[in-house]
Amino acid sequence: MKVSLTQMQSGECGIVVEIQGGFGFIRKVQSMGIRPGKKIVKVGSHFWRGPQIVEIDNLQVAIGFGMAKRVLVEVER
Amino acid sequence: MNRILLMGNPNVGKSAIFSRLTGAKVAISNYPGTTVEFTQGYMKIGKERPLVIDVPGTYTLEPISKAEEVACQMLKEGDVIINIVDATNLERNLYLTLQLLERNIAVIVALNMWDDTRHQGIHIDVRRLEECLGVPVVPTCGLTGEGIKELVSRLPEAKRSKLKVSSDSERWKKIGKIIEEVQRLTHRHHTLLERIEDLSVKPLSGLPLALGIIYCVFWVIRFIGESLIGYIFEPLFKKLWLPLMIKLSTFLGEGTFLHNIVVGNLIEGKIDFGQSFGLLTTGLFVPLAMVLPYIFSFYLILGLLEDFGYLPRLAVLVDNLMHRLGLHGYAIVPFILGLGCNVPGALATRLLEERREKFIAATLMAIAVPCMAQIAMIIGLVGERGGKYVMVVFLTLFILLIIKGLILNKILKGQSPEILLEIPPYRLPQPKAVAKKLWMRLSSFLREALPLVLLGILFVNILYALKIIDFFAHIFSPVLTGLWGLPKEAISALIVGFLRKDVAVGMLAPLNLTTKQLIVGSTILTVYFPCVATFVVLIRELGVKDMLKSFFIMISVALLTGTILNLIL
Repeated sequence: MKVSLTQMQSGECGIVVEIQGGFGFIRKVQSMGIRPGKKIVKVGSHFWRGPQIVEIDNLQVAIGFGMAKRVLVEVER
Repeated sequence: MNRILLMGNPNVGKSAIFSRLTGAKVAISNYPGTTVEFTQGYMKIGKERPLVIDVPGTYTLEPISKAEEVACQMLKEGDVIINIVDATNLERNLYLTLQLLERNIAVIVALNMWDDTRHQGIHIDVRRLEECLGVPVVPTCGLTGEGIKELVSRLPEAKRSKLKVSSDSERWKKIGKIIEEVQRLTHRHHTLLERIEDLSVKPLSGLPLALGIIYCVFWVIRFIGESLIGYIFEPLFKKLWLPLMIKLSTFLGEGTFLHNIVVGNLIEGKIDFGQSFGLLTTGLFVPLAMVLPYIFSFYLILGLLEDFGYLPRLAVLVDNLMHRLGLHGYAIVPFILGLGCNVPGALATRLLEERREKFIAATLMAIAVPCMAQIAMIIGLVGERGGKYVMVVFLTLFILLIIKGLILNKILKGQSPEILLEIPPYRLPQPKAVAKKLWMRLSSFLREALPLVLLGILFVNILYALKIIDFFAHIFSPVLTGLWGLPKEAISALIVGFLRKDVAVGMLAPLNLTTKQLIVGSTILTVYFPCVATFVVLIRELGVKDMLKSFFIMISVALLTGTILNLIL
């Protein structure tokens, strides 16, 4: 099932399939290690459309809600 | 080989390696963006003394923030690049490495944080990586100094790679291949630190934890500061320095010009370190016995938090609130650094991407964030009347920060950008590194602040002697007395406040103010204008036009806040 980063549950794991947006945005997100084909774990999220915390490779990254909505992840549900 | 550049992603330990190579003292912390300006120093290789430049961290060679821009501009000026790579995050770090290899410049790779790979279950085949990249690769550990010798001895081997320029996706493909060949991961259990890591970024556990930490931090800073003052510095001044000053006072003779400048006014026939305002009395007592202890305790605690890696987590927790102010969470860094001294705070606005964001952060910081020197004086002076009055001052400043942020966010065009921030793992602070950073910050305070304090006191004494203060007091008395309810002599504090805020707050002491006047006075002194050192940096960072806008906001806020406080207190 394809969901956005914001729709993932805390603790859920998936594979990044797509990043939607312009060239600059994609590059910015990719430079943090978030790119198609990578395994990603959602650590948690903050209230009121706050930042989403994800873990990719060995590193935790905080990503704003609006950006996270544009990162699509394949999860098993 | 004349210029060596240290380049790499943020928070991979460039500064640690820099200080190992050159012996120069630079700030090292555990958060991305510690270095926002390049620092340089010389190293020794045999007879050569090449220049080493510590470049701010960048993820790509297409800069996003000002700090990254600095990095990319520096690239042209290097002969050799030491590309510092976080061995625990090899894949992500290799992107910049490939970009560097595509440029026609000699590169050597330092696989830093090598010690961390072992207990994280990461195995890297260094030889194989060297073959893949076509340039030398040396495992290092900047904090302990491991591998630095080898890095230096292999520097001459640094070479240009013949990698041709490729597209984004091609680069990532290449990286994928390299990683497959050189890196092996083994399973491992979560450590205690990692469990705390998760707890401190999740909102339900993170927010209470943050409140607890902030409370403890304030308590500890105050405890250390007060103890140092009460048990060491005040007794030293009273027992050792005072007798000397009394002798000097009788020697010079009360009332003479020299006496007024060196010893100051006698208060009820005695020297009062807080109120006499002579160069050798108040001029030394304020910076050394009232401010220095707090600077020491603040930077000690800040250093520990920085090295532990707490700042990025705090940034994530406050992201929501900061968005209402037109900023994102990472703008907390300039605020926190500003609490120590507004100058590094102003420099840290370089971490922010957009001009609007920088403007808001800089203006808010300059207005509502008092530096530790000023805080120490406020605690010393207002605290005498009762701790709750100190709270009134800080609460007012906090409310100001929020209201002003809300307003600026509404009226300035544009949106606040979103946070995208790597959260480094917690690391236990190394006592040596913490002590070194503390010493750097203390000595810079003594070097830069102490002369300004003395200058400020000399300046005000001369203005008094020439009756210039009386003249200004007369002109500004409608504002001072009419709006703010302060005696018109308080103008001297406002004038000195341009030079040093701590002296300015101290100038309120001899005025015999009521508690209310003291609160109004110390709040206005924070708000009305940044000290000259901060002002200069702000002009450089914001440009003259934005600084003028910011200045206009400061003055109006000061007028308004003073009046409101005067009415409601």
